Amino acid sequence: MRESKLWVYHLIAGAVILVLLGIHMFIMHLDAILYSLGVGSQNPIDSGVVFARSKELFFMITYIILLGTALYHGLYGFKNILMELTLAQKSEKFISGFLTLCGVLLFAYGTFAAVFVFMK
Amino acid sequence: MKVERLHRKNNLGLAGWIRGGRYGLERYAYTLHRITGLGILLYFLLHIFATSSRIWGPEFWEKTMDLFEKPVFKFGEYLVFVAFAYHALNGIRLFITELGFGMGKPQRPVIPYKNAVRRQRPLLIVAMIIAFVLIVFGGLDFYLLGN
Repeated sequence: MRESKLWVYHLIAGAVILVLLGIHMFIMHLDAILYSLGVGSQNPIDSGVVFARSKELFFMITYIILLGTALYHGLYGFKNILMELTLAQKSEKFISGFLTLCGVLLFAYGTFAAVFVFMK
Repeated sequence: MKVERLHRKNNLGLAGWIRGGRYGLERYAYTLHRITGLGILLYFLLHIFATSSRIWGPEFWEKTMDLFEKPVFKFGEYLVFVAFAYHALNGIRLFITELGFGMGKPQRPVIPYKNAVRRQRPLLIVAMIIAFVLIVFGGLDFYLLGN
């Protein structure tokens, strides 16, 4: 695929992450501020709260979207940094292939976990 | 092919990554964007394994979370939040400038003129102020309200 296209996907993934990770950060890490305003839960990593959230379709779907876009955005960004080392073309191809494989495997594992807990 | 590779030679090595040279403030913003990006990526990879541990049931999940209760992990978590706040706000600025906004119309460089980098600088400053506010709120949540 053309590099310019991959770069545009990187930007689009960034925009998607901005929205989803924004929500994620507010729920998980600015929880005390949110809770004092009367939103969210007091302890968002409490197992009861976590498992209840995992059973909601909205969260299951957004977990998978966030997982995929974040993996793409992060690994493509990492690849871009490594490409600046101007390695031999063979090494560059190996790095691209290796990072793609890692991304696919991690996506499969994370998706399995999200669907498994949702169905359980 | 050989000519192309010679053309792509990295003469500066590591310094080419780190030093801003004459590029100014935005060059350091770029370096920090990469460092925070790598930090977030490393955390994210571990995060996938940690959060996926819920497939083993609530007890296993609680044990995993107890591990991360230690102050060193809490500080690490806050560092990731700081990296996120910076990376997100600088990322918004990059998105805006990448699409060509906030840089003014192309014009002939007749002195005195303002180049595109200087024209977009207010964006950088505003983004950094918002990032700073988020970092302060995050600190409040992590260390004062969260306990």
